[in-house]
Amino acid sequence: MSQGTAVEAVAIPPQQRRLRMRLRRLDGKVSPYLYISPFFLLFAVFGLFPLAYTGWVSLTDRNLLDPTTHFVGLDNYTALLHDSYFWNAVENTLGIFVISTVPQLFLALVLAHVLNTKLHGRTLFRMAVLLPQITSLVAVALIFTQLFSRDYGLINYVLDHVGIGKVDWEAGDYTSWIALSVMVIWRWTGYNALIYLAAMQAIPDELYEAAAIDGARPWRQFWHVTIPNLRPTIIFTVIVSTIGGLQLFTEPYLFEPDHYGATGGSARQYQTVVMYLYEKSFGSSQFKLGYASAIGWALFMLIAVISLVNFLIIRRIRSAD
Amino acid sequence: MVPTVDRLPVARPRRRRQLSRRFHQAGPGTYIFLIVVAAASAFPLYWSFVVASHDNSAVSEYPPVLTPGGQLWHNIGRLFNSGEVNVDFWAALTNSLIVATTVSFAVVMFSALAGFAFAKLEFRGSRMLLLAVVATMLVPVQLGVIPLYIEMKDFGWTNSLQAVIAPFLVSAFGVFLMRQYIVGAVPNELIDASRVDGCHTLRIFWHVVLPAVRPIAAVLGLLTFMTTWNDFFWPLIVLSPQNPTVQVAVSSLASGYVEDFALVLTGTFISILPLLFVFVVLGRQIIGGIMQGAVKG
Repeated sequence: MSQGTAVEAVAIPPQQRRLRMRLRRLDGKVSPYLYISPFFLLFAVFGLFPLAYTGWVSLTDRNLLDPTTHFVGLDNYTALLHDSYFWNAVENTLGIFVISTVPQLFLALVLAHVLNTKLHGRTLFRMAVLLPQITSLVAVALIFTQLFSRDYGLINYVLDHVGIGKVDWEAGDYTSWIALSVMVIWRWTGYNALIYLAAMQAIPDELYEAAAIDGARPWRQFWHVTIPNLRPTIIFTVIVSTIGGLQLFTEPYLFEPDHYGATGGSARQYQTVVMYLYEKSFGSSQFKLGYASAIGWALFMLIAVISLVNFLIIRRIRSAD
Repeated sequence: MVPTVDRLPVARPRRRRQLSRRFHQAGPGTYIFLIVVAAASAFPLYWSFVVASHDNSAVSEYPPVLTPGGQLWHNIGRLFNSGEVNVDFWAALTNSLIVATTVSFAVVMFSALAGFAFAKLEFRGSRMLLLAVVATMLVPVQLGVIPLYIEMKDFGWTNSLQAVIAPFLVSAFGVFLMRQYIVGAVPNELIDASRVDGCHTLRIFWHVVLPAVRPIAAVLGLLTFMTTWNDFFWPLIVLSPQNPTVQVAVSSLASGYVEDFALVLTGTFISILPLLFVFVVLGRQIIGGIMQGAVKG
């Protein structure tokens, strides 16, 4: 910092001083807006405008292959309501979401509880648990697709060995859902466990001391002190998982052997909503941007509704005890 | 706009707490459970390395090979030989490095600047504007991919790196994280003193605020780098396989007519390696950042 400035200020002529004063006042008034403007400008251009524009495009028959665009009102939405592929995608998305999120968050809670003890190699275990999180979705999808492959996959080898026999994971409805859920669970459990762990460590000691005086054993302490105090965090993770889970794309997209069409298997057994959006827009060169935008808005509504339902359910549990 | 980073809720620097008596001693069962979980976490990555270090024929061997082989360099050679694979893997790695570095740097700088304004400068509407920043975190901007694509086409940016850089230069989470940190980490007296010395606000930012936010800037930069490096959906839409990021390149390795698992998983392994390296060196900080981000102030 310039310590000399104050001294200089005394020495310089009055007009210049007044100019400086004015500059400083201007600095104080304008600078804050200048500093926050990059965020708002870029968000407006690349975030808000596209989102609003989706609404408009969804009311047109815009197609990249067709230079003319017509306003079609709600036609895309009515077509969507009668589109069995769309409802199939919704069903798949919700199914995969449920069987991946419920075990994942439960396991994360247990893991956090276990990590919240006096441990040797604490940092090492935490790092191991977080390792899947730094792995890209593409890598997760490709590695697990290999592990789940019908003929040479390691998982089928083990199943065959213990007498269950080989499973054609990709071809079946529920088997493909299970395989995809395993990928999601693998990648996100550790991350959620660390979030829970952080929240557990913020619970005041007095609550545990009081419970211990009342004679509560560790397991009862977990149910009656830890879980209730974790509820805001649980709500947060459930909502974040909802937003992420309902937008599942990369894993099912790469699970398909010939994945350019994004159809999610030969019988569309694991096509998700975002995959369907991709199929209609870029995937199979249909370029139906108007229709795909309608899918986007429908998904937005779906996410909002499911988040709200989840929120209400978890709040209900809280008021129950 | 940066998924992993946006997943983190409110943050505030927190004093480390001493382990108290409620942290009961871990028994052998705990260790067994944790070791199983750790092994399950690490195994798929190890497996990708095993497959990458063998000939493709090893994939179909029975029983499966579980130890690394000697073909890793050979496979890497094939990966970077553009005559043999359908992508330019060097270009992909370089592109990803450029994109992730630019985005991380911009996010940190813009977040620190805006965070400084929100934390320490007085201006009309600051509360409302901060609320607006937080509100933008709830908007699922990913759903705007189609208009964003149209926008990029109008700009003439499709197939070029601007398209995957520009939309991610700012992050609401970053602004908020910085704001929370600066409130506690930069004493008001220091800022007042620099004002008396005649510093203008940009100078204060540069000489007082930036040095103070270094720890949180490192965490934010790392998390942003990882998210950007791993991003797939948007690059897949807006870039062509001729000028891809590393994720797009790896995914197109997997779409060849013959399933060459050794090659696919070599590409996969190479794409994870930089982040794995960063994670091994700075894992403690990354975990600290995620856990700090998780605790509401």
